[in-house]
Amino acid sequence: MLESYVPLLMLMVLVIVSAAAMVGLSHLFSASRPTAVKSQPYESGIPPFGTARERFEVKFYLVAVLFIVFDIEVVFMMPWAVTFRQLDILGLGVLGGLLEMAAFVVVLVVGYVYVWKRGALEWT
Amino acid sequence: MTFAFWFFAGAAILASFLCITRRSPVSSALWLITTLFNVAALFVLLDAHFLAAVQVLVYAGAIMVLFLFVIMLLNLGDAAPGENPRWSPSRVVGFLAGLGLLAELLVLRSAVPPDAIRLPPGVVAGEMAGHGAVQSLAVPLFQAYLVPFEITSLMLLAAIVGAVVLAKRRL
Amino acid sequence: MKWVTGSAFVYLSAVKILAVFGLLMLIIAFWTLVERRGAAFIQNRLGPNRVGPGGLFQPVADGLKNFFKEETLPPFADRALFVLAPMMAFIPAFLTFSVVPFASPLPTPWGLVRMQVADLPIGFLFILAISSLGVYGFVLAGWSANNKYALLGGLRGSAQLVSYEIAMGLSAVAVLVFAGDISLNVIVARQQASVWFVLPLFLAFFLFLVAAFAETNRLPFDLPEAESELVAGYHTEYSAMKFAMFYLAEYSNMVTASGLLVCLFFGGWDIPFTSWDNTAPWTVWKTLATFVAFWAKTLFFLLLYVWVRWTVPRFRFDQLMDLGWKVLLPTALGYVIFIALATWALEVPGHEFGVREGLILAAANVVLGYFFFRVLDRNRVLGGPANRGRKLWRASAARRRS
Repeated sequence: MLESYVPLLMLMVLVIVSAAAMVGLSHLFSASRPTAVKSQPYESGIPPFGTARERFEVKFYLVAVLFIVFDIEVVFMMPWAVTFRQLDILGLGVLGGLLEMAAFVVVLVVGYVYVWKRGALEWT
Repeated sequence: MTFAFWFFAGAAILASFLCITRRSPVSSALWLITTLFNVAALFVLLDAHFLAAVQVLVYAGAIMVLFLFVIMLLNLGDAAPGENPRWSPSRVVGFLAGLGLLAELLVLRSAVPPDAIRLPPGVVAGEMAGHGAVQSLAVPLFQAYLVPFEITSLMLLAAIVGAVVLAKRRL
Repeated sequence: MKWVTGSAFVYLSAVKILAVFGLLMLIIAFWTLVERRGAAFIQNRLGPNRVGPGGLFQPVADGLKNFFKEETLPPFADRALFVLAPMMAFIPAFLTFSVVPFASPLPTPWGLVRMQVADLPIGFLFILAISSLGVYGFVLAGWSANNKYALLGGLRGSAQLVSYEIAMGLSAVAVLVFAGDISLNVIVARQQASVWFVLPLFLAFFLFLVAAFAETNRLPFDLPEAESELVAGYHTEYSAMKFAMFYLAEYSNMVTASGLLVCLFFGGWDIPFTSWDNTAPWTVWKTLATFVAFWAKTLFFLLLYVWVRWTVPRFRFDQLMDLGWKVLLPTALGYVIFIALATWALEVPGHEFGVREGLILAAANVVLGYFFFRVLDRNRVLGGPANRGRKLWRASAARRRS
């Protein structure tokens, strides 16, 4: 089974080498005549003011956290999806497997509803 | 096989060393991603295919995005030379904890694990080949470890609530 | 015939990798031209047609131009990260295609060769995992350039990618419930044995399609590079080859997303209504025929990308997040539950999923789809202007009659 990763590893090497070659070779071949104006940050033609490293909204952080949570949910659902036919939980057979995931999802839906009600999904 | 192990293990250690020595927090985060990726490769060598995929998907693809967001959100610049003194209390504690971990690993390495938790070589690989890499993990996860699995959902709920409370205190 | 093993496996894999990488590059180069000619066709103009017959060599000219163009390496940027960012976008984009099967196995003197770069035991999860690494290209490009537009584009892009990844994963879970396996080869085989999954899983297909458009940053979801508000978004400060690499990555992601749509919902390399193509003994002709079938379907979806680009206007950022979090996520979750219940109810123990079950579910999907699109539409198109026009026309016709 491990040998199925060998082609992947080879492809990885090929892709990384070609990415590095693209950056490196084009750097070698390209002309470079920087001027003071050319190397200013582009701000639609007006002289740049302030710094770009400004703080941004905390919403992005919230989105990243919510993403992790729901990503883990998806990760748990995938093995469940491919095996729930073979599960036998509490003697209920396949239904037990369904109920198990339903319980898991319901708890997360509570969280989802909470997030929605608190307005964390609003972007205005 | 052995070569692959030493290669990825060495790369993981090197990347984690670079992670803790870089001045710029963004490049630290990138080296941490490299470490996580190499650890995923080690999981593959242990026939833990699903775990390797999840390692990349959740740690490298989701949690590190959050790290980068936080670094940018707080607008952390490079650490100034005098900002982190050589021997601050947190460094001493970290150094001692690291030494403890190293000692523990050395002890564990020389200890022989009991037969009950040892599998003959090839058993895991055979199981994976017979039932599929994901299936052979999923059945015990959802059957024998039903309660821990359900508790995970409560932990995730706590994470959601905690994030909202922290981020939107003023609402 | 046995699968190829040993050192022949390694050598043949090397050949396969080079061939697939070359094919991807060729399709990408050609598709930049199709995109421009298609745009021109839709906008009633000619498009690039001077380099070679019908502009066929335009991609070559563009590539050469990008290679030799002046590079701007802004002095205000974080140099190392600035150079690294296009590579971080490029590498995962070209890795994800490796688990997509694109033809029936090819017989060679050394054994059967899978027409798939790597038959990983984790199959679909690999695509999900590696494509989640594509975020770093955006974040780093936006952050390192030290440009306000780039930062905004990078932020938006990463928030968009992570939001739609959940919808993508959840709609794929519906497919996995059906196929009972995570390997794309098995998913394709299940569809060959029953029906294409687009019928029983139409809503999942729709959700996956929308998420795929968002994941590849194509209109109507190209907010990271929205030119009317952010100049060029996260790659504003990039030029020459590094700029081109972001585009190579985007097009490569499009090819993978289209190939994935075909594998999950349109039977992969299956030729419809026949079964000679998916049974042993494998021949070279079968490989060729299925290869053509796979790429015909995939190129259709690639064409759809161009078509949609010039049809649907761009979303606003709040609309985009609303669609992802408030519409796609709950719908996909509910749909997974529905599909799991339906599979449980339809699959009598010992009876394999077949055409009959597929058609029953297809009917259920029509009903669900009606309500879904009705809600999504909010009386804008179906019951909105078009309907209002029809009502006005009917009223005036009635007036004329009386």
